[in-house]
Amino acid sequence: MKKSLVTAGLTALLAISMTACSNNTTGTTGSTTTQPPASSSSSTAPASSSSTKAAASGYSLVPKDTNGDGLITLGFAQVGAESGWRTANTQSYKDYFVEKNGFKLVFADANQDADKQKQDVRDLIAQGVEVIDLAPVTDSGWEPVLQEAKNAGIPLIVSDRQLSVSDDLYLTYFGGNMKQEGDNAVKWLEDYIAKNNVTGPINIVHLQGTMGSTAQKGRSQALTDALAKHSDWKVVYEQTGEFTQAKGQEVMESFLQQNKDFNVIYSENDDMTYGAIDAMKNAGKDPKAPIIISFDGNKSAVQMVIDGYIDVIAECNPLLGPQVGDLIKKAKAGETIPKITYSVEGVIDSANAAEKIKTAFGS
Amino acid sequence: MTERPVHADGEPRRGVAVLKAIVRHRIFFALVCLALVLLLNMIVTMATSGSPGSFFKIVHTNGTFNGPLITILNRSSELIIVALGMTVVVSCSAGVDISVGAVMAFSSSVMVWLLGYGTLAQNDYHVKAYVVPLALGMLAALAVGSLCGLWNGFLVSRLKIQPMVATLILYTAARGAAKVVNSGQILKVDLPNFRWFGNFIQNGAGRNIIPLPTPIFIAAGVVLIVALVLRFTALGMNIQSVGINNRASRILGLNSARIILLAYVFAGLCAAIAGIIASSRIGGIDAQNNGKMIELDAILAVALGGNLLSGGKFSLAGTVIGAITIQTLTTVLYSINVSADQLPLYKAIVVVVIVVLQSTELRPMLNRAAAFVRPRRPAVAVAQAGE
Repeated sequence: MKKSLVTAGLTALLAISMTACSNNTTGTTGSTTTQPPASSSSSTAPASSSSTKAAASGYSLVPKDTNGDGLITLGFAQVGAESGWRTANTQSYKDYFVEKNGFKLVFADANQDADKQKQDVRDLIAQGVEVIDLAPVTDSGWEPVLQEAKNAGIPLIVSDRQLSVSDDLYLTYFGGNMKQEGDNAVKWLEDYIAKNNVTGPINIVHLQGTMGSTAQKGRSQALTDALAKHSDWKVVYEQTGEFTQAKGQEVMESFLQQNKDFNVIYSENDDMTYGAIDAMKNAGKDPKAPIIISFDGNKSAVQMVIDGYIDVIAECNPLLGPQVGDLIKKAKAGETIPKITYSVEGVIDSANAAEKIKTAFGS
Repeated sequence: MTERPVHADGEPRRGVAVLKAIVRHRIFFALVCLALVLLLNMIVTMATSGSPGSFFKIVHTNGTFNGPLITILNRSSELIIVALGMTVVVSCSAGVDISVGAVMAFSSSVMVWLLGYGTLAQNDYHVKAYVVPLALGMLAALAVGSLCGLWNGFLVSRLKIQPMVATLILYTAARGAAKVVNSGQILKVDLPNFRWFGNFIQNGAGRNIIPLPTPIFIAAGVVLIVALVLRFTALGMNIQSVGINNRASRILGLNSARIILLAYVFAGLCAAIAGIIASSRIGGIDAQNNGKMIELDAILAVALGGNLLSGGKFSLAGTVIGAITIQTLTTVLYSINVSADQLPLYKAIVVVVIVVLQSTELRPMLNRAAAFVRPRRPAVAVAQAGE
């Protein structure tokens, strides 16, 4: 009797923990190299259309050299150091915001703790920095802190992840546009097909990122839009690889078993692409045969473009430092800054890979 | 069962007895499950690829044998190894070790950290040359796994902490430690022979020397060694007797505590081996995902194999079949495009069904239910007649 009770309890625990874990994986990006913006509500809006909003919103602060040392002091409240993408992101700020470029950097690492980050921003205000760049851990609960910064007369830029606060509390949002990245990849494929006179159906294997993440939603949406436009494009397999190399390899192996024809792999980050290539190698298939589309642009992936494995990478650029610097300079010069600015991101293919690998991030 | 007519030579009766013995054998249920998922997989493969028999087809291309069966065996290797450790733990301690997945990640993290000790550049987490020999790195991983097992075993056997609670400590701590070791990054090892253990053994030119994936051989080797040790020593019997009755075994002169301790060390060792395979597969260590959720699959494999989760007698063959069954189930779910993040739900349903079927309380309960339903029929009939 006692044993069966133990067994029954264990069963319930197992069942609960299994389903609970499945829920957990949906919301997080795991160890992916991509850290998407926390909110995607307005991420599809083109940058130009939002410039009118800037005039309407009551935010008049612009960066100024208040202490008169000839340098703009930027306080950067960073999320943490959880991925290669993030590390590269931090490094690009440290490299750009130096005296040579007319800046000074005060860096605050929140270790992925939202409460610590609010304290970090308050510390930056107290230190009297001249501009604050906030890459928020979470998208809510920021009103009081942002109001304090505004009252102190310090302009604040939100970067990487978006905030769910009234837009008269910050100068601008700056970051990547996942949908645009997907569109860039699709555009490259369209051009490639036209240029090389590819005939016959385009059979696509779609390896999705962690379901529900902004990066997955944007990049998948771009492919969905493309399918609606091209009647000869077909997805023959669609499965999530959860942004990891191991899972990407496993689901690709499973697909290869089915012996279906495919000529394009649309893989929503570099890690899953590595896995898919390994799966093809292990199955005795030529990994250079299909057109492989990847995302992010880690150094190893760019090397694979040079080696001919990956055909194109839609960049998800972590090197935001210089672009944020430009933005601050423009605002300082009195230019109107749109409320949303997307990072400039292109594609990496055989034409520019040799150049791009010099500045590629991560490993 | 009703009496059957007996022929003069008694053959049918003996036939029935043999059949009964087969059906009652603990592995029978596991084999039926495996047959069911294989059949399902065969049908799905036939439906998706359009050619009957393609599920069993093995083709030789570019120096590799390739086919659905080989993929399933290859993929189930880590699970088989981890489940072997789990079987022994379940048998003697009547509890499960939920830390195996985290121990996989931790031991491999230490291995890769050691392989690239001190040479990892900022922002470039690639090991480009071994600082210590690969063999030493692997030994370190095995040592770390065993130490983790020793800790679990100590808590369970000496401090008498419930196994699930005791191993919960490393379940959370070991994965955290794995991340500390590699500063939260995915460390890569860019050296060909590091990838042999999760892929194929290749020569210098990148051609496969052995046309089958290495994990299959590693898993087969571990199974063979364990089976031989249990066959030719009294260890297997001792483990089972401790599981059936800990106190009686102690009175008989068995050192129950030490046997339980060893079982956990073995589970840790198995986890380390599986961790090496998993990290070799991707050519690096991803502490977040190495061995993620494998503890649940391992427990399921043990249960599927006809082993009672309440301890006692166990069957290694059953566990191996159970592990292969789970991997076949995973493959078939992938084939019919069930999203990978929804897989745990389907596995959970299978666990519930199996453990319920295994329950010793189930049969009397069903009998009572049947007895409750049956006598009412005449009563209803009488009532109707009375009207």
